Amino acid sequence: MTNEAGLSDEHSVSVERLTKTFPHGDRMLVALQEVTLEVQAGEFVCVVGASGSGKSTLLNVLAGLEGATAGQAHVHGRMALMFQEPALLPWLTAAENVELALELRHVRRAERKATAQELLELVHLHGFEKRRPHELSGGMKHRVALARALAQDADVLLMDEPFAALDAITRDLLHEELLRLWSSKGLTILFVTHNAREAVRLGDRVLVFTSRPGRVAHEIRVDLARPRSLDSPELAVIAGRITERLKQETRLRVG
Amino acid sequence: MGRMGAEDPSRAFPTEPPPLIEPLAAAELAAPAETLAEPSQPRQPGRFLSWLWPKLAAVALGLGIWQVVVWSGWKPDYVLPGPLPVFQRLAQDLGQADFYTGVAVTMRRALTGYAIAVVIGSAVGLLVARVPIVRKAVGHAILGLQSMPSIAWFPLAILLFQLSEGAILFVVILGAAPAVTVGLLSGVDHVQPLLVRVGRVMGARGLGLYRYVILPAALPGFVSGLKQGWAFAWRSLMAGEIIGVVSHVPSLGQQLQVARDFADAEQLLALMIVIFVIGVVVDLAFGFADRSIRRRWGLLA
Repeated sequence: MTNEAGLSDEHSVSVERLTKTFPHGDRMLVALQEVTLEVQAGEFVCVVGASGSGKSTLLNVLAGLEGATAGQAHVHGRMALMFQEPALLPWLTAAENVELALELRHVRRAERKATAQELLELVHLHGFEKRRPHELSGGMKHRVALARALAQDADVLLMDEPFAALDAITRDLLHEELLRLWSSKGLTILFVTHNAREAVRLGDRVLVFTSRPGRVAHEIRVDLARPRSLDSPELAVIAGRITERLKQETRLRVG
Repeated sequence: MGRMGAEDPSRAFPTEPPPLIEPLAAAELAAPAETLAEPSQPRQPGRFLSWLWPKLAAVALGLGIWQVVVWSGWKPDYVLPGPLPVFQRLAQDLGQADFYTGVAVTMRRALTGYAIAVVIGSAVGLLVARVPIVRKAVGHAILGLQSMPSIAWFPLAILLFQLSEGAILFVVILGAAPAVTVGLLSGVDHVQPLLVRVGRVMGARGLGLYRYVILPAALPGFVSGLKQGWAFAWRSLMAGEIIGVVSHVPSLGQQLQVARDFADAEQLLALMIVIFVIGVVVDLAFGFADRSIRRRWGLLA
């Protein structure tokens, strides 16, 4: 349906009037209602919404883990989905976790080891290749997950509150890491979070989701120069506006 | 205590000159580096002793109780001999070829039956896990089969295979296979859904998903099924040998029965000790496998 001229062969995300409902008892729960959004190639877009606003559902549909009830959702290019938890396979070492992603892409055995090594170095985990997930800190596990996503040769990263469970300092370091990879690799990122400041720190644009049903209520273009600091007053002002809108939406829903 | 280093700030920040990387980055990188200092400790003699002595004490206690019962005169010596004559008899047995033939026959049957049971049990488990309709059809039947006393199969086995090795094998397999199947199924059922989603996101589908994600993730459950399966196989085998399904071959169970027929209580108890020790050794092997899996996964306390 969407024929965004010139974009179709680039890696990007397009969602057109996407609706997703779940049966809930004898009623239907509308998780997403006519959501329309675009992420251009090389763009970093954040989706902010309260919990239960269907943000995760959006990513699941985009990743093909769930079907759409109506409308369209497409990722152009190779895609990787990252979850709130690093979700590493506990029986494999850091390197083996990355190598598995390569193996499932049918990369030849001889190349896998070297590629995994390179990717782990890219996320600053040199020397930790042989560790198993339980021997890594929370932040390091997320770094491995990032390396694994890159091993899927993804141009488009779908990220579902990936660093929400981490402490603020580790999260900030991973933000830097992610931004570095984004600009050096020319990634396209759709990043879901409930944290307005995180969204403003990372995104070119921030989409504010309403809850039940999930819809895009506002779009905010973030024109702050990079690198951005979480503590800068300009960032706080924009984040404050987003939080205010989220609150309004929530009040409207609750009544 | 896997993450001692992470909790101890003095270890996370060495007292030497401060590192040149950003302190925050250092905090993140250094803490787990300490964590790994002792992933697999070498077995010190002290540790081995502290592992061993409670077991020796338990054995000593058991022998002591046995000796006290004998001394009490509850039963005459020729019915219930004390530990000393029994162990002397055991030492004597250990010098005889017949004894080793018996052990070899029994172990050969156990291992053959068990190996076939593992293959069949795993194949059935995989099929039941993969195909929901099969699971609906036979899921409960397999559980029922597992709790069926395997000795109840012997009359049928003897009708089908006469008094033969085949009858014993049949019952050993029927005893062990359901436990293996149940273990595999419970392992698959307890795989974290998140890991399955990750597998799918990475592009694994169908059997690939099983090979790379679900089966490795089900390993702990499978191993406990294997252990249970062995226990059932071993019991079924002893039952078969004692009731004399193949009474002309000198197996452990058959020798036990012969000892009873001749009222040779010393020999009987000596053989029981052998059977017990084999059970303990096999159990240790499964315990070792289980622990090494849990250590790899970081599930060991």
